[in-house]
Amino acid sequence: MDTSQRKKYWRENLKYLTILLVIWFLVSYGFGILWVEELNTIRLGGFKLGFWFAQQGSIYVFVILIFVYVRLMNKLDKKFKVNE
Amino acid sequence: MEIQTWTFIIVGITFALYIGIAIWSRAGSTKEFYIAGGGVSPLANGLATAADWMSAASFLGMAGIIAFSGYDGSVYLMGWTGGYVLLALLLAPYLRKFGKFTVPDFIGDRYYSNVARTVAVVAALFVSFTYVAGQMRGVGVVFSRFLDVEVNTGVYIGMAVVLFYAFLGGMKGITYTQVAQYCVLIFAFMVPAIFISIMATGNPIPQMGFGSAGEDGVYLLDKLDGLMTELGFTAYTDGTKSKTDVFFITAALMMGTAGLPHVIIRFFTVPKVKDARKSAGYALLFIAILYTTAPAIAVFARTNLMETVQDTPYKEIPSWFTKWEDTGLIAWSDKNGDGKIQYLPGSAIEGKKPMFIQGRGDYGQRKISNSSKIANELYVDRDITVLANPEIAGLPNWIIALVAAGGLAAALSTAAGLLLVISTSISHDLIKKQFARDISDKKELLIARLSAVLAVVVAGYFGINPPGFVASVVALAFGLAASSFFPAIVMGIFSKRMNREGAISGMIAGLVITSYYIARFKLGWIGNPETSGTDNWWFGISPEGFGTVGMLVNFAVALIVSQLTAPPPEKVQEIVENIRIPSGAGDAIEH
Repeated sequence: MDTSQRKKYWRENLKYLTILLVIWFLVSYGFGILWVEELNTIRLGGFKLGFWFAQQGSIYVFVILIFVYVRLMNKLDKKFKVNE
Repeated sequence: MEIQTWTFIIVGITFALYIGIAIWSRAGSTKEFYIAGGGVSPLANGLATAADWMSAASFLGMAGIIAFSGYDGSVYLMGWTGGYVLLALLLAPYLRKFGKFTVPDFIGDRYYSNVARTVAVVAALFVSFTYVAGQMRGVGVVFSRFLDVEVNTGVYIGMAVVLFYAFLGGMKGITYTQVAQYCVLIFAFMVPAIFISIMATGNPIPQMGFGSAGEDGVYLLDKLDGLMTELGFTAYTDGTKSKTDVFFITAALMMGTAGLPHVIIRFFTVPKVKDARKSAGYALLFIAILYTTAPAIAVFARTNLMETVQDTPYKEIPSWFTKWEDTGLIAWSDKNGDGKIQYLPGSAIEGKKPMFIQGRGDYGQRKISNSSKIANELYVDRDITVLANPEIAGLPNWIIALVAAGGLAAALSTAAGLLLVISTSISHDLIKKQFARDISDKKELLIARLSAVLAVVVAGYFGINPPGFVASVVALAFGLAASSFFPAIVMGIFSKRMNREGAISGMIAGLVITSYYIARFKLGWIGNPETSGTDNWWFGISPEGFGTVGMLVNFAVALIVSQLTAPPPEKVQEIVENIRIPSGAGDAIEH
């Protein structure tokens, strides 16, 4: 793999990381902590939404984020022929 | 059959299983001993990581902490799961590609410096010893609770079992016993939770049950908030910690999780880079099953407690109450002399534990000598939240025994994982890398085994004579991991410009400031006690959350120092280029 390909691969990876980590931050620090009172005025069945994000929702999103990253990177590895 | 008999049978079977696995998976080389030969499937590694991660505190304690702190308990839920996202995205794949045995290996090679390696070894040993001392104590407590033996005897039994498979199999033995231990502990945790959820709301899925309504049609959380505010508690869904503190504690736990050596090394055991990513996903999935159930159990238990005991005459209390009173986990002192239990905010006792004295009170309750002046009459140990569940749900005795086996599985798996890091640090990072570079693989394996024995003995000693700082394990282990390893590793991967000088000064700055803060505000070892109260916390951040500040200091110092000093040599920049590309990870390099 030449240098420009490497750079491209790495930039693409960093792009995925940024997007996924922004979501990671939003669902935990954002919805679960910083804006928890505002979200608590909204209800999800018996849950106040902010409370739900802090004790349930953020964790579900974390799991999904990792598997999305796995998928994205497997595709990217194939595209740049660095998969094994 | 009696609970005791069931407990002996089920715990006996699980122990026989662990020992059988240990004999089957003996290690033949250092590579097998340190990283299980690098041939663990992502699924098995995910299961093992989950068991490694979830300790007796997660299994027995966490639901209780949440039950008695409500929204504030979210810091542990988010903090101890969110770190896995960082691991999967920022650390695990690259460290797997790097392909060595330990975290200090990476730090030492990436920062081309023995000083950096030594700082990393010292930090790894300190973090792991702090953590493992609490685990060994936890093993003893679980034994004493379920098998009616002394706590110290429990520690000895635990030491013997861990020693057996750590000595024989190293990482290989530990990995496959952890897979079995995960299955035991998750089954033991979920069965009572599902029954309790059906009882409380008719919904068999606890995660949905605690957002449902009970028989009276009122949502469970609304009912609990109502019960609590009526009696002067803060509403369950609101919490009492400041927003800043919740933010910083959550962050410290996340970065700490991602920086803990015993978690990181689990990802050296899989064959390929993409397996490292995937197994982090599996690990978090398996952890999430327990971590999303715990807050549900917390709500069921707290509601049940508030409804059952409030203004109930002691004479009419259900039998689980008196049973746990006999073990000292519940205490009641009839302060207003009405024979009924009043459960109100504030501590019912002076100090941490009730001190029981001879004789029984007017209603048959156990007498205590240290009841406080506050109107609250009830002391409840948080651990009861999980322990009493099967009885409250009226489940058969064998399930209660299963919970015992689950608690032991959780404690043993975590202790074993930590002990491996300690023995690897001693035999590989210290002896092999610092003093005896030329020793043969056979000799190193022998040294690794002896280090495992030494580590078990020291950890057992700490378990029997717990040093004062063990109670602060959350602040210490996570704070120090967040302020030292996490930044050093992340910068080592994502910045080619980061050099030896920057990394070392950053790690030292992070470690020093975090240790200072914890020593002053948590342990009270330094500084004037009068100026070390909660009012004096910097920016209102508790010691548990200060690891985040330590981490930021580490990043800042490292970036500034590295700009003022020479860039790393060409060869090191090539290493960084290389770990960013997943192909060619091959086997972990033997050296």
